[in-house]
Amino acid sequence: MSTAIASPTKMARAWEKIRKGWYNFSRNPLSVVGAIIIVAVVFLAVFAPFISPYPEHSGNYVNFDEASQAPSAAHWCGTDVFGRDILSRIFFGFRLSLIMGIVVISLTAPVGVTLGLLAGYMKNTWVEAVIMRITDIFVAVPPLVLALSICSILKPNIFNAMMAVSLMWWPWYTRMVFGIASSIKNEFFVQAAEVTGASKAHIIFREILPNCFGPILTKISLDMGWVILLGSALSFVGLGAQPPTPDLGTMVSDGAKYMPDQWWIAVFPAFAIMLVVFGFNIVGDGIRDMMQVEEV
Amino acid sequence: MGKRLLEIKNLQVNFDVYGGSLKVLNGVHLTMEEGEKVGLVGETGCGKTTTAKSVLKILPMPPGKVMGGEILFRDADILKMNDNEMRQIHAHEISMIFQDPTAALNPVFTIGQQLMEAIKYSSDNSLSRKEIKEQAVGALRDVSLPDPERILENYPIQLSGGMRQRICIAMALATRSTLLIADEPTTSLDVTIQDQVLRLLGALVREKDTSTILITHSLGVVREWTERVYVMYAGSMVETAGTEELFKNPLHPYTQGLMAAVPKLTGKGIASGIEGRIPDYLDPPPGCRFHPRCPRAFDTCKKEKPPYFDADAGHQVACFLYKD
Amino acid sequence: MNNEILTAQELKKHFHTNRGIVRAADGVSFGIRECETLGLVGESGSGKSTVAYTIMGIYQATSGDLLFKGKDITRESAKRSKKLKQDIQIVFQDPGSSLNPRRSIRQIMDLPLNVHNIVPKARRDEQIAKLLEMVELPADFMYKHPLNIGGGERQMIAIARALATDPSFIVLDEPTSALDVSVQAKIINLLIDLQKELNLTYLFITHDLSLMRNMATRVAIMYLGKICEIATTAEFFSKPLHPYTNMLLSSIPVVSAEEEDLKPKKIVSQGEIPSPVNVPPGCSFHLRCPNRIDICDKVDPKITEPEPGHQVRCHLFEGSS
Repeated sequence: MSTAIASPTKMARAWEKIRKGWYNFSRNPLSVVGAIIIVAVVFLAVFAPFISPYPEHSGNYVNFDEASQAPSAAHWCGTDVFGRDILSRIFFGFRLSLIMGIVVISLTAPVGVTLGLLAGYMKNTWVEAVIMRITDIFVAVPPLVLALSICSILKPNIFNAMMAVSLMWWPWYTRMVFGIASSIKNEFFVQAAEVTGASKAHIIFREILPNCFGPILTKISLDMGWVILLGSALSFVGLGAQPPTPDLGTMVSDGAKYMPDQWWIAVFPAFAIMLVVFGFNIVGDGIRDMMQVEEV
Repeated sequence: MGKRLLEIKNLQVNFDVYGGSLKVLNGVHLTMEEGEKVGLVGETGCGKTTTAKSVLKILPMPPGKVMGGEILFRDADILKMNDNEMRQIHAHEISMIFQDPTAALNPVFTIGQQLMEAIKYSSDNSLSRKEIKEQAVGALRDVSLPDPERILENYPIQLSGGMRQRICIAMALATRSTLLIADEPTTSLDVTIQDQVLRLLGALVREKDTSTILITHSLGVVREWTERVYVMYAGSMVETAGTEELFKNPLHPYTQGLMAAVPKLTGKGIASGIEGRIPDYLDPPPGCRFHPRCPRAFDTCKKEKPPYFDADAGHQVACFLYKD
Repeated sequence: MNNEILTAQELKKHFHTNRGIVRAADGVSFGIRECETLGLVGESGSGKSTVAYTIMGIYQATSGDLLFKGKDITRESAKRSKKLKQDIQIVFQDPGSSLNPRRSIRQIMDLPLNVHNIVPKARRDEQIAKLLEMVELPADFMYKHPLNIGGGERQMIAIARALATDPSFIVLDEPTSALDVSVQAKIINLLIDLQKELNLTYLFITHDLSLMRNMATRVAIMYLGKICEIATTAEFFSKPLHPYTNMLLSSIPVVSAEEEDLKPKKIVSQGEIPSPVNVPPGCSFHLRCPNRIDICDKVDPKITEPEPGHQVRCHLFEGSS
């Protein structure tokens, strides 16, 4: 008896999943808008050196003849006090923001989620107690205060800013996943796996974790926005990227001095931050809709 | 008794989903007169709850779409009513008991708050607080709940499933509606409690002369409780008759299959059920939707949807076998 | 002893909650013979699921004996041998939550095959197809997800999963309660066929007495943690003794006059089922019992055997064995 089962190929199944996911995601037109924004921002960030009108303005460029010019055909967002094109610097600024978001989340999400899963599954044991009490300690400190203290102790640069933000970010993942995991562990399918003799690792990562993906992905998307915002806040007070690195927060901070006359120096970078955060927030909603487990 | 209260004519409802449109209701017909106790029996997915929700116009209308038909309540088409008119209908004319009493009651409000709110709206804000409270206590007494004043102060979670369902019944009946739609009101309850609740519902309905549609998948409950039965399959009614007549003489092959599949107390074993699965609503079979599973299907069944044929007095079957 | 595959003796499972001690199972004794089906009937709070879960090791028994094939199994699942886990399986009540909605059928079926190394990896798909065939489902079902198939099919997958380890004993906890009648018929017939084919022993739990009539060899009825009556199916339905049994039998809705005649005289059930935290003193059923006598609210009755093989726990029958 051959094992040639008439089955959809792996590719076909994956493709079907993607199409269905997109259908659910796009039910809300706003989510699509958000997705377009994010794709555009990523595109601009990745291809900044090739797309920006004045790529050399992202570095140590000074030209006082062109300084503080209002938005014009040559400089769509105007120039800053050093004569650098603001639009180009915004594109490069996107790079920094996205990198910050990606690095922080890549560090915090896996750690936070794993701890949350462990604590949730081992509820009412010492494992849970230790993990959750440590989490409580970190959560008790106001985030910005923690980030600021760390940054002021260490050298102010973007790397340390990312470390500081990561350190205060992971507990939120742990808390969220702890809540979900501790309720899922009582579901029949987990009991079924236990009764059959599955290992703890299997149950945690193969049974419980897949059921947490929805909220985790949604949170990651929303977090991108928050991390970028937090990073900009740190840069704004001078604890993040240092000049001449084009960072959106720094640009707003530098430009604030020249309000309201040379308004474009602060307003355009601020608007850029707002756009990115907005995009990720909206996409987060869409992801939640997409991941909702639906019954036929 | 005798005056036509509700008439659903050829109701067609679709649901838009990924991949197309689910043709959930495929021409539903139902008539009922004042004071009747009608049963609507069918299995999961046949569309009975969708029908009920359509009558109350509480189907979510973005994925749902009415494709045709009329719902005449006392000769006025519900489908054409505006929000205000529907509010009147909800407040005074039609009320519904849902399947899961836990989900139907708001967990963060007390029973009293919810019950009194229902009474307030149904009386068009014309009663004083004291009168509303009196009516609430009376409603709870009507459903044989002990110590009604204390129950008004309780939260739903403090009460058992049977008590919660009785409160839902009290809420539905307190509004003195003309028509009560009970959607699987006892499915989530224990057998002895189910018996009590149905008995109670029967007494109240008789006392207040409320017309009732009882939706269920339990043939036994239908037999004990209703005067007339509609059997529903895959989006339309396949048979209707007086209750006694239907159980003595089921005509439609689906009804016969159902009756055979019910485990009998006589211990004679269980028939093998009905072959096949319910149709895919995305692409339902043409003609009679039951034909792929019917042991007696023939050519016409695959092409045309069967209309209702009269068998006996009051007994109609949607099946070409009875074309006469 | 008389080839009983499972024996429970004064099995107790108590839960300590902040509202008091919940005596979910309070001294349950019964035996199941090989290839037999013992039916366990009861309403909410009766303790039938507790007994099932204690047998499975989901709960650790508080006290009492539980012997499976002669060996004591009053241990939590984590402390049980792999062989034991392979030999006893369970089909849960709600197929919606007994199958992980985020995993494909194939992944779900693969787990028991993997844990117990039933077949080498290369032949897994083939084995899964075979198991699906046993429950009359097409092989390409393995690529679907639980939520894309109907409730009846989900339950058949749950049964196939239970069969994957080639067990000798299966606990069926209300396997068809959430299903329609026509689907239920299919599944019950399937279970009966499988039992004959594979020499399985069943512990079948349900609240549906009509179903029990057609499925069980012997029936035990539970109320608030204790068994009220236990007898062969024929005896149980033709000569019910305990007042609770009579109350339950008289409340079931039936579909024919023939069956109506078989029901005992109508006993209108009164009162709510008490919470297991608040078990009434004396006989736990006395508050709702129409045949209550003086002693019932003071002393808990003991099990007696008025007829051979027919045990009942009621003061009305004391001194009659």
